[in-house]
Amino acid sequence: MARYFTEEHEWIEIDGDVGTVGISEYAQSQLGDIVFVDVPDEGKEFAKGDEAAVVESVKAASDVYAPASGTVIEGNSALTDDPSLVNSDPEGDGWFFRISLSDSSELEELMDEDAYASFVKKL
Amino acid sequence: MNAINQSGWKPQMNAREGGAPMTSTGNKALMLEEALIFEIGSDETCGVDLPEVDAAASRLGDLARERPIGLPGLSEPEAVRHYTRLSRQNYAIDLGLFPLGSCTMKHNPRLNEKMARLPGFADVHPLAPVDSIQGALEVIHQLAHWLVTLTGMHSVAMSPKAGAHGELCGILAIKAALEACGESGRKVILVPESAHGTNPATAAFAGFTVEDIPATPEGRVDLAALTARLGPDVAGVMITNPNTCGLFERDMKAISDAVHEAGGFVYCDGANFNAIVGRVRPGDLGIDAMHINLHKTFSTPHGGGGPGSGPVVFSEALAPYAPLPFVEKHGDHFVLVEEETARQEQHGSSFGRMVAFHGQMGMFTRALTYILSHGADGLRQVAEDAVLNANYVLRRLEDVLDAPFGGSGPCMHEALFSDEGLAEGFTTLDVAKGLIDEGYHPMTMYFPLVVHGAMLVEPTETESKAALDQFIDALRSVAERAKAGDASLKSAPHFAPRARLDETLAARKPVLVWKEQPLAEAAE
Amino acid sequence: MRYLPLTQHDREAMLSVVGAGSIDDLFVDVPEAAQLDGPVHGLPDHASELAVERHMTALARKNTVAGEVPFFLGCGAYKHHVPASVDHLIQRGEFLTAYTPYQPEIAQGTLQMLFEFQTQVARLLGTDVANASMYDGSTACWEAIGMARRITKRGKAILSSGLHPHYVSVAKTMAKFTGDVLESAAPTLSAETDVADLIARIDADTSCVVVQYPDILGRIADLSELATACQAKKALLIAVVTEPVALGAIKSPGEMGADIVVGEGQSLGVGLQFGGPYVGLFGCKDKYVRQMPGRLCGETVDADGRRGFVLTLSTREQHIRREKATSNICTNSGLCALAFSIHMTLLGEKGLRGLAMVNHTKAVAAAERLAQVPGVELVTDRFFNEFTLKLPTEARPVVRTLAERGVLAGVSLGRLYPDADELKNGLVVAVTEVVTDEDVEALATALQEVLA
Repeated sequence: MARYFTEEHEWIEIDGDVGTVGISEYAQSQLGDIVFVDVPDEGKEFAKGDEAAVVESVKAASDVYAPASGTVIEGNSALTDDPSLVNSDPEGDGWFFRISLSDSSELEELMDEDAYASFVKKL
Repeated sequence: MNAINQSGWKPQMNAREGGAPMTSTGNKALMLEEALIFEIGSDETCGVDLPEVDAAASRLGDLARERPIGLPGLSEPEAVRHYTRLSRQNYAIDLGLFPLGSCTMKHNPRLNEKMARLPGFADVHPLAPVDSIQGALEVIHQLAHWLVTLTGMHSVAMSPKAGAHGELCGILAIKAALEACGESGRKVILVPESAHGTNPATAAFAGFTVEDIPATPEGRVDLAALTARLGPDVAGVMITNPNTCGLFERDMKAISDAVHEAGGFVYCDGANFNAIVGRVRPGDLGIDAMHINLHKTFSTPHGGGGPGSGPVVFSEALAPYAPLPFVEKHGDHFVLVEEETARQEQHGSSFGRMVAFHGQMGMFTRALTYILSHGADGLRQVAEDAVLNANYVLRRLEDVLDAPFGGSGPCMHEALFSDEGLAEGFTTLDVAKGLIDEGYHPMTMYFPLVVHGAMLVEPTETESKAALDQFIDALRSVAERAKAGDASLKSAPHFAPRARLDETLAARKPVLVWKEQPLAEAAE
Repeated sequence: MRYLPLTQHDREAMLSVVGAGSIDDLFVDVPEAAQLDGPVHGLPDHASELAVERHMTALARKNTVAGEVPFFLGCGAYKHHVPASVDHLIQRGEFLTAYTPYQPEIAQGTLQMLFEFQTQVARLLGTDVANASMYDGSTACWEAIGMARRITKRGKAILSSGLHPHYVSVAKTMAKFTGDVLESAAPTLSAETDVADLIARIDADTSCVVVQYPDILGRIADLSELATACQAKKALLIAVVTEPVALGAIKSPGEMGADIVVGEGQSLGVGLQFGGPYVGLFGCKDKYVRQMPGRLCGETVDADGRRGFVLTLSTREQHIRREKATSNICTNSGLCALAFSIHMTLLGEKGLRGLAMVNHTKAVAAAERLAQVPGVELVTDRFFNEFTLKLPTEARPVVRTLAERGVLAGVSLGRLYPDADELKNGLVVAVTEVVTDEDVEALATALQEVLA
């Protein structure tokens, strides 16, 4: 399974035509303690770059953008009860939503794991 | 060894509790813990005596309340003690210098309180027949005259309830004016990055798109960038002057001219009018609308977060669109222009009513009392002393705290510092919390956003030189500890009623009303 | 100038520290054309405390004081007796001259008070939660309509004809700019409220139904069926309470199923003050808390494990969310919230319910007495402390004439609805605990004489 990253620090992991989206380890470390995550409902459609979710710390609210176009299959309801999952396991259990991709060619514009690592290093 | 300490702070003060014995109550002499009314009151206790009545006369039918409400009562002595004890856990202007930048925490004269409580003002109904409340209308009219004259503007809308409500009033007038002249295609409001959060929130609420204007390295609006962005889609700009970096926008008139030339309007956030009152009239700078926070410049008390009052002065171009109601003088008679009279007298272009009744009358009486006490000469002195005090703070601290715009000239009424130069891992928050232990309310932190780790200090004109010197010494000592990496700062405050509070817990598991089970136990 | 501590000597010493030759050097950034050369022309200079007090007292004397005459005005602002300790306590400098509690370690007094206030308000309104106050009832009402739009993502609000006309005007003003569609109408001079009509009008585009309880004519209606009807169409029920004392005697809107309950809290602790400052109450169901406007105070613990309070869920607010905030509100009505809370604490369960029954029984007796005045008809049959009379003639001039005779008789519907001819004989009369039997008799007698 391939994992891609955006310059806004979202990641998307591809399994067939389904992508799982979250925010990176770097993003969670910058945000600090996450207190609330607003994940999209099933059936919602996004174009690439649309505001898809909101992640909040005590003093900041950040939009999470759709890394690729598609329709939401599932939001991670576990984050409603325990938003700290985004801090403890941002690239695993702290995923935000799953999306059925409408155009997998969009993924070509994203960074792979190595490219993202060097992108973060320069920040 | 103790060279960094000029202010009485001693290293051993860092040891929490300092080996002193714990008390069984949790109280520490005059520092008293206080339970919630829900823990000390009862539904049988009452601090008010009422006559018995015959419930048989009820006309409430099946809507009569059956369930208990759940309101604890206290007798008067218990209530007085409860609230007095609570009050002692607050910092306040009455206790000391309150250097909260952008908030103008100046002394609140007690004559203002006394005047607002005259029965002729305090005990008057807003819908009483106009002939029976001529004095109330005259207060509004007199205050309006002062505000219009001091700002050099055309007219004033008195009803907005606070600064942000005033911003909304100004932006709605701009929107109404654009619609009236067939320019509703203008959808963009330009706002500098350094603006108060209310500015973009207000513009967005009124249906505008907000675009940032960049700042120059000197902390002012970039005139060239702003001019380049103007065009047929721009409704106007919202500019704070003096701005939130504590600097006067030198190009304000040029900005206004450029915006007008391009068909837009100029809104000025008047939160910092205190710095220029009596010395500069915004009307001379091409402003179309500006709100005045009576709770800042004109010293109505902040009250722990309100009430405020935010009258808006207008240029001639925007005046016809101002909200209802307003007061007019016809001969010797004061008239309240409401929806009905507005129609009769061709005030038909008003954008409408923003609030029930006529605005914050209780704040008008206080502000008018303040203004009459100072007079034209005293108000000019207010601005001069406020600016002098801020510059004194800036120059006496810039060797120890980074002042990002200190080199570009004098500041206005507030001095801006950044976190540059603090030891690794030390932040503005640590300096602020350290200042609490020194007996001061911290300065504004992390605002404006254009400066990293901003610390915005506004001393106001009601501080003596001795009070400033003492504050400067205290802030200097805290800054030096932060630069030296004094670990005890990270856990400050040590001497406040509470240590640092867990805001993450509060936001993750919001407890917004009292529940039987205390939170600490529920979390376990 | 008694409020300015700097001496001329101080000023000179400080100018020399900052390296300025004169104060003008500190205003160099102001273009010369915009500099005034001296105090603003045409305004008087400073004045002594005594002189200012004389000036203000002379103005105050020109007003008819509610407490000095038979007084029956209501319609969104009510005269109640406020215990002396309330005003004493809110004038403590630590409350009066504090700022918004952004530094919680040294603001626990304000924060704990707000937490207590939120709990009192939520219990009174019958909601799960309440915020730390809004400007007033009318702005709280509009904010609730905006909140319903965000929650339902629908843009049509149905306003009951019993909603205060100023509240309707405020909502209409705001709706002009946000694009909401508001359906509203003037009330009819009858005992029946428009609840049945409202139920019939809810459709799939309706974001909310806004109903005042008791309404502008003083009528009270059971909201349970309306709540059920809203729920069935996934619209929200917003109840507006302009007289919170009523909730000591009647069921709360929350108890009857309202989703959002807002109110004007002036009745408790605040006083008339010619219309402001007042205090907006705002409560709702738990599930909508993140869409609420305004400040919220929450419980937490400090680094030593002690209970404490902080402002929380701030990411909804303008200083963080900027253009995406739930509202642009910043300043609230903290000191009025304190006055409300202290008055409520002095009353407690027993006191509030007792006070409410005193109001109600006095109002019933007054209504019965006034209905005996020849030609006068009692319109409302179920009411709390405010009722509507139908006079045999236009009420507005009658109110003016009675005011000249030293009786503030009530609010004429002609004042509130100048365009509605069928309402012009209506007079809304409020009777609270401050009204004496002699006051009622004075009104009845004067009314009879004026109508004769």
